Amino acid sequence: MFFQQILNGITVGGVYALIALGYTMVYGILELINFAHGEIYMIGAYLGIIFIGIFTAIGLTEQSPLLAVLLSLTLSVIFCSAYGFAVEKLAYRPLRNAPKLSPLISAIGVSIFLQNYVMLSQGATDKVFPQLFETKGIEFLNLTITVLQIFIIVVSLLLMELLHLYVMKTRTGKAMRAVAQDKTMASLLGINIDWIISITFIIGSGLAAVAGFMVAMYYGLVNYSIGYIAGIKAFAAAVLGGIGSIPGAMLGGFILGIVESLAAGYLSSEYKDAYAFIILIIILLIKPRGLLGKSSGDRA
Amino acid sequence: MILEIRELTKSFGGLKAVEEVSFKVMPGIILSVIGPNGAGKTTLFNCLTGALLPTKGKIFFEDKDITGKRPYEITEAGIARTFQNIRIFGKMSVLENVMIGQHSRSREGFVGAVLRTNGFKKEESEIKAKAYEFLEFTGIEEYAETRAENLPYGYQRRLEIARALATEPKLILLDEPAAGMNPQESIELMTLINKIREWGKTVIVIEHDMKVVMGISDKIVVLDHGVKIAEGTPKEIQSNTDVIEAYLGKGFEF
Repeated sequence: MFFQQILNGITVGGVYALIALGYTMVYGILELINFAHGEIYMIGAYLGIIFIGIFTAIGLTEQSPLLAVLLSLTLSVIFCSAYGFAVEKLAYRPLRNAPKLSPLISAIGVSIFLQNYVMLSQGATDKVFPQLFETKGIEFLNLTITVLQIFIIVVSLLLMELLHLYVMKTRTGKAMRAVAQDKTMASLLGINIDWIISITFIIGSGLAAVAGFMVAMYYGLVNYSIGYIAGIKAFAAAVLGGIGSIPGAMLGGFILGIVESLAAGYLSSEYKDAYAFIILIIILLIKPRGLLGKSSGDRA
Repeated sequence: MILEIRELTKSFGGLKAVEEVSFKVMPGIILSVIGPNGAGKTTLFNCLTGALLPTKGKIFFEDKDITGKRPYEITEAGIARTFQNIRIFGKMSVLENVMIGQHSRSREGFVGAVLRTNGFKKEESEIKAKAYEFLEFTGIEEYAETRAENLPYGYQRRLEIARALATEPKLILLDEPAAGMNPQESIELMTLINKIREWGKTVIVIEHDMKVVMGISDKIVVLDHGVKIAEGTPKEIQSNTDVIEAYLGKGFEF
């Protein structure tokens, strides 16, 4: 039971980590908590259902479920990235030099708007994500793991590794880190700040789309309000790991997922959603800047 | 003419930080901008680099109008600057700091970086080799892998200069490079600035240390309360009565 819960925790934790990365990257660069991020995740889940529906209608899903899933996933990512790009451009960029509270309120507004927009266009009732993979688990060493769990774990780890490579190795990644440290100086070194900020939103939203898509497959049900709780938990994961820190968001996501699964298994699953915040409170009492947060006071 | 400033004015509300300042800069020289505190020297630099939009007037770089261009566009055109208070990327290595300076001169993409294609490896090693050249030029190559915030103060200044040079500028603006340096470090800095000029770059320096200013400048522009009060060689400036007045105040009349 213990290892089984850990395994389930890693699956959910990978998803939390993917969403948390979007929060932490945007915070690292703009010091803005993008409250609309959970909604992008929710839209990713809906787009998944829509595209899978299209591929089922043209018969592709029947021929090759994996191909249909990968294609739908890619399309969701592209669309969600466009959403993220547009949200930043329309709702945050005009407020770039405004007091910090203004973009925060704008973010809450975007979040409410997107929820209602999806509720009106897709309906308020739950939508079902079709079962495409074998649901019977594979048994080994007393553990049961489903194909879908393997898929989720592999995809999350792969994307995190790619993101890490991107930020540490590429020219744009270096520019991103430079912008996070000192925007004025970065622009004087020939970096187009606006473009770097756009890329940050595009990547963060793309990761959220993957998370939304995979969760929709995992739980099978999607609703316009799923972005709220997932967003707030992923935000907790980002804070837990140290907001602004990319490895921190990954670590925070996994810790949150594992603790939640263990607590749900051993204590009570009714309080499942509360454990995330209990952990958050405990860690922040001991390490106010999060596990991997910057210890110096270089951020006011 | 590498730089021409025509009747540049920058006002903040009612205060004119820079007022109708004009001067020309010939390529390959070291020009110093001096003046008492609050004379508008840094504001002038901020207008030149696109950090501030001039209220009036024009700036021409190599005969092209660059007034109101964005900072990254001006960097691409070939102007770099350093700051009075050091602004290095403390959390990155010395080498990475310089590599960021090469941002606008490089093109490597994501796919190449992930797949580690030959094209990517080649460009990466070229960028690294070039970054090392800038570090050698400024004499801090042995610290390449050090976290920038752990460098001693004088070397952080050199790193700023190395990073500015990495943008491959034709014109480099140094804002009080000798600030906080001891006499020995100042002398080394003068040598470095001369080396930059010998390399074919044009240098504009804001500096308070008169030993440095008189020692390296081909030409000096003096600002006071935002207005240009004098322009000339170090010798001419030293004997200019307006300049002496601005610095020391009017003589008493008995």
